[in-house]
Amino acid sequence: MIKQLLFITVFWMLSNAASAIEAINPRGLEIITEVDRRDTGFGDVQMDMVMILRNKSGAESLRSLSMKTLEIIGDGDKSLTIFDRPRDIKGTAFLSFTHPLTADEQWLYLPALKRVKRISSSNKSGPFLGSEYAFEDLTSFEIPKFSYRFIRAESYQERPCFVLEFIPQYRYSGYTREQVWIDSERYIPVKIDYYDRKDALLKTLIYQGYQQYLKQFWRADGMVMTNHQTGKSTELINKNYQFQQGLGGRDFDRNTLKRAR
Amino acid sequence: MNKNAMMCTQRVLFWVLIVLPVKSLLAWEVSGYGGIESLGFWESPLENQQQRHYLSGVIEAEFYHEWDNGRESLVFVPFFRWSEHDGRRTHFDIRELNWLKVADYWELRVGIRKEFWGVTESQHLVDIINQTDRVENSDTEDKLGQPMINLALIDSQGGTLDLFLLTGFREAVFPGVQGRLRFSPRVNTEQAHYDSKGFERHLAVAARYVRSVDQWDFALSFFHGTSRTPRFLRTKNNNGDDQFTAYYEQINQAGLELQLTDENWLWKLESIVREGQGQTYFAGTGGLEYTWFNVFSSGADFGVLVEYMYDSRGFNAPVFYQDDIMAGFRLTLNDIQSSELLAGMIIDRRRRTQSYSIEASRRLGDSWKMALELRVLTQVAESDFSYSLRKDDQLRFELSYHF
Repeated sequence: MIKQLLFITVFWMLSNAASAIEAINPRGLEIITEVDRRDTGFGDVQMDMVMILRNKSGAESLRSLSMKTLEIIGDGDKSLTIFDRPRDIKGTAFLSFTHPLTADEQWLYLPALKRVKRISSSNKSGPFLGSEYAFEDLTSFEIPKFSYRFIRAESYQERPCFVLEFIPQYRYSGYTREQVWIDSERYIPVKIDYYDRKDALLKTLIYQGYQQYLKQFWRADGMVMTNHQTGKSTELINKNYQFQQGLGGRDFDRNTLKRAR
Repeated sequence: MNKNAMMCTQRVLFWVLIVLPVKSLLAWEVSGYGGIESLGFWESPLENQQQRHYLSGVIEAEFYHEWDNGRESLVFVPFFRWSEHDGRRTHFDIRELNWLKVADYWELRVGIRKEFWGVTESQHLVDIINQTDRVENSDTEDKLGQPMINLALIDSQGGTLDLFLLTGFREAVFPGVQGRLRFSPRVNTEQAHYDSKGFERHLAVAARYVRSVDQWDFALSFFHGTSRTPRFLRTKNNNGDDQFTAYYEQINQAGLELQLTDENWLWKLESIVREGQGQTYFAGTGGLEYTWFNVFSSGADFGVLVEYMYDSRGFNAPVFYQDDIMAGFRLTLNDIQSSELLAGMIIDRRRRTQSYSIEASRRLGDSWKMALELRVLTQVAESDFSYSLRKDDQLRFELSYHF
């Protein structure tokens, strides 16, 4: 009981400290709110992804999958991820309803057994399909999931950027913080440094080949995640973006999960 | 292959041949796997026709075609296993051959399908639509294709009411004289007994409502028709030798599935009430699974599982588990090869019969996969339903290629 009280008190102090920082330094939140505002209204999007997993000696392994996302204004997005390669997991599909503050809802479909399994969404820091991406790196971005601090303005690859610090506010994160470079003209992330639980630099994500869709939404053609501690990396190639194809809630339910391709 | 299955196969092939050319063959997506299996037993068999080692091969392919933006599709999944020694285990089955039509508030699925119900891991009490493929693997996870008309009605809250008309009863297939993992004396598959005839034997109806509300997933189901699991009668064959005869009765079954997903905890419950096989009885499986994710930042997940299995018919229930506890763990490395290990034990609380199992699998390169299964039964009481299997401790190894 005392331990719990202590925990609550410490948590209260910390969260106050975080909002105190935001109160002194509101610019971080302002910038991220603008990032979010500019990406609001995409409705739905689908795309194909190829993952190239590379180990230290350069040996490669391929994954191919496709992903559909439905924007839910006022709550977290819904997404459906369908695996195509390697072939032994073809037809496996993953359905996720994200929520800004409460636990996400997740289901996995196992085609060999025809079984839909509700799974725990506490797995944030574990690797996705053996890659250098953690589950938390790939879930939809929601403002309340982090607290923000503006650090400095600097240029990255000859483009002016804001450098922000993101501190995860959800449980089970594998990071103490993320340092995010945001293009200050287009308001899109271009590079992220991830710091592990010991606050050592763990990974760097670099976005490549941004393209603008529907004259508003910027999406990267490629993303490379490098793990500095193991020397492994995963390249993500995003293809065939299709926006506003009229997807609805029905495209993100248990029945669709069972027949997704 | 019995005559019924043969006729069914012919009918199915007839339809496949009619339907396939309608759509350009190029538009069909083909995937599947082929594998070789070594199934070994280190103890001498109970009967001298039974063997110590069985080599076998398997192939399963999926032909898939969709149109109208995926709102209509056809799928065809033939399956074939060849096994050394055991002619019953050499079998062909159409796992799936169905047409699917999707609309905003409903889905219609017509043809041969596989439908799974349930949440628990140790056994699947509620799952009843398909007949178990008892010669494929003793884990009872493999099913024979079931012909059906299935209409799913989907409400705006994401709940689904599935209505089933199951057309055609599939009799269980049991290992042959030379096969292991069978009853002793063996089940005479030439002369099963039924409660009912004609339409009544072959038609079954079922319904299930499934929905998720926040952390809860639940389903209620009902089944009426010929039981997929028979009772076994001790009879004599023409030579006057002992044998078992499968007896299929008309049953009614109501089922409940419940899962609470609370952070790292999964709490699970399945229960059924069944009438028609002697006295009405109740059975349940309940338990939990707790998982530590990304243990020591290694990327691996480690989970523990505990479940209790109950059957109100008690000591003499004709099932493996009636007052048993399962405890196990699951290790998922989440590495490039998707290495997994599942180990468990089940103890009969009264008879002390124990069974142990270890299942491990790993991908090799991009397309190959190997799987290892070890199953051991110890201190089998004579009164236990699994007494015939007391010498059938097994090691199974499978190497498969996925395309």
